[in-house]
Amino acid sequence: MTQNGKQTLSALVENKPGVLNRVVSMLRRRNFNVDSLTVGRTANPFVSRMTIVVDQTRGSGKRIASNLFKLVNVIDVKVISDELHVSRDLALIKVRSDDAESRNALTLICERFPARIIDIGPAVAIVEITAQEDIVEAMIKELEPIGIVEMVRTGVVAMGRGVRIMEADDYRPAVEAIKEDSGSYQVYGV
Amino acid sequence: MILSGSEIVMECLIREGVEVMFGYPGGAILPTYDAMTKYPQLRHILVRHEQGASHMADGYARATGKVGVAIATSGPGATNLVTGIATAMMDSSPIVCITGQVPRGAIGSDAFQECDITGITIPVTKHNYLVSDVRELPYIIKEAFHIARTGRPGPVLIDIPKDIQTEKIEFVYPEGEITLPGYNPPKHASEEQIADALELIKQAKKPVILAGHGITVSGASQELQELAERAGIPVTLTLLGKGAMPEGHPLTVGMMGMHGAAACNFAIQEADLLIALGMRFDDRVTGNLKTYSPNSKKIHVDIDPSEINKNVKVDVGIAGDVRTVLRQLLPSVPSKTHGEWIGKIRDWQEDGDERDILHADSQGKLLGAQVINDLWKFTGGDAITVSDVGQHQMLEAQYYPHKRPKSMLTSGGLGTMGFGFPAALGAKVGMPDEEVWAIVGDGGFQMTLCELATAKQENIKVNIAILNNAFLGMVRQWQEFFYEERYQATPMFNPDFVKLAEAYGIPAMRVTSREQIEESVEFARQHDGPVLIEYAIEKEEIVYPMVPAGADLHNMIRRPKPGEVQA
Repeated sequence: MTQNGKQTLSALVENKPGVLNRVVSMLRRRNFNVDSLTVGRTANPFVSRMTIVVDQTRGSGKRIASNLFKLVNVIDVKVISDELHVSRDLALIKVRSDDAESRNALTLICERFPARIIDIGPAVAIVEITAQEDIVEAMIKELEPIGIVEMVRTGVVAMGRGVRIMEADDYRPAVEAIKEDSGSYQVYGV
Repeated sequence: MILSGSEIVMECLIREGVEVMFGYPGGAILPTYDAMTKYPQLRHILVRHEQGASHMADGYARATGKVGVAIATSGPGATNLVTGIATAMMDSSPIVCITGQVPRGAIGSDAFQECDITGITIPVTKHNYLVSDVRELPYIIKEAFHIARTGRPGPVLIDIPKDIQTEKIEFVYPEGEITLPGYNPPKHASEEQIADALELIKQAKKPVILAGHGITVSGASQELQELAERAGIPVTLTLLGKGAMPEGHPLTVGMMGMHGAAACNFAIQEADLLIALGMRFDDRVTGNLKTYSPNSKKIHVDIDPSEINKNVKVDVGIAGDVRTVLRQLLPSVPSKTHGEWIGKIRDWQEDGDERDILHADSQGKLLGAQVINDLWKFTGGDAITVSDVGQHQMLEAQYYPHKRPKSMLTSGGLGTMGFGFPAALGAKVGMPDEEVWAIVGDGGFQMTLCELATAKQENIKVNIAILNNAFLGMVRQWQEFFYEERYQATPMFNPDFVKLAEAYGIPAMRVTSREQIEESVEFARQHDGPVLIEYAIEKEEIVYPMVPAGADLHNMIRRPKPGEVQA
């Protein structure tokens, strides 16, 4: 399941200030090489989910998982690349489109990838692709000869297939719950 | 009951069983200091530098097994704690540090004495908190103590903004168990792991146990001894493992590692089974990992899952509490003896004894090894010794055999010079009925000697033994071996330590010959309060054996036998 010597981990973390800092600080301190790290909310507003892609050469996924597990704010960790999973990376790629040739090439490439043109003008166009990371890489390669002007990527998000469920539905922090009762609760960003 | 945040802190500390706090006041922590006046049952010890507070809390924790508490103000007060926090982190010592912070509204404005201490201490704490609501406070304090003392213990810091310390609310203590979904330290081994470990123990012909600090922390000394005796396995100790198994027990070989007994290192290298219990294969005990114990199967029990397979790949890795795991293991451990193997280890030990500096003619010089060994003799081996870092620390480990856990305290992982003296004060506060000796060098002592005033003010009966060689001895030793005797920045100008002690009103004595050592112990025992004894030792003593950093564990630089010329 491992692609290009990389490992993908999923972590459920408490949605509190400073948690992202703790995770990143640990990865830096242990000298793990992070390829991408994404974070966002889950169905439970008290819980966020991180997807971390690391370069496997610096430490096995298991070692990173056990170090993540030690962080008090980390509720659950899985090395998701060790099992069946799906992963997606989203990229916005601004490409030169100032002649007919480049526009044609762009249209043809987008037909062969899960991509579409979401903005186009006389000078440049923006292409959106959502796919597995290696497919995004492949498309970028094809766009390069046309002329990539700028690019932004979200980093990988991943999820185990089938019933490999990571969820912390009933997680409620003791202290935050009190705040909610007293009507002063607010959800913190990580 | 309507209480201020500061009073809530005191109420919670009392519920955690805290009796004493080591601290230093300042602007942002003043409300908490004011609240102390209402809680006289909580003893506060005023230190002279916040580093002393965190080391004292650490020494208290190591000697008692309870959580030590340090308090400081924001900014510089908080940053001064950091060395002590990092020391506690590396040696898994449970302390809780409480720091004042500027009021919430001022955070991020570079206010006077503002400092992001939670940011600074993320890498050196087990966990930390910046309190953002006074209602969180009781939960946070309860969580902090729970996290500090359970699992692999460690330091926890709580940063409390000044306005939270003064804010008043109805105090409701969170009764019952703390549940932290992201915090579940492992406990047991699986049946499969136990079976695998037993199989290796049954097959082994040349087994060695490596016992570390985890034995002391989990209270597994008895189980360790039972395992060793039942299966006839020799025991080697890490520096912090000293006391885990009584030295003098026929199966205790001694300390392993860079300055360990040669017999231990040879045994580890030649073993066919290593049973590592509550230790973490630090580079100071393994030497070169590529050639480390090449022919052995390895069982590793540690409570921290991230330690398994970190430095040394093992055959059976068990993340669990070492006492619980040993109890699971013991009923099925076969009765065995390894006479031939132990005989071989005895031969190595005898060879080591022949090279022992105590058997050599010291030509009238006072040697550090003699001082330590005589201190052991005249204290009956019963004292709690707290050493600093350097040559005297290794001599303490070699020449002061310990019988029981928690009787030898030292900064092992971080190697913090300046730790010994304040940690000894903390140990004595926690164990007032024990004889406590701070064994320090002239270098390290000068890093935290301001705490002499603390010792005097609180009348803490610690005997300070300074092994004064007017050198940073261990650095000098490295310079002698590896830098062609270029003694850059290691010779020390020192104050007159006896006069210095007298300036603090502390009785002191200088010892220049071996005959005076017994008298110095008697002198120390005569006085109720702290006593300082300076031992003017040989300037260029070398601690043998020595595994050079990164060298193979069996390739030690050893003291030549009498009559033998060093190669």
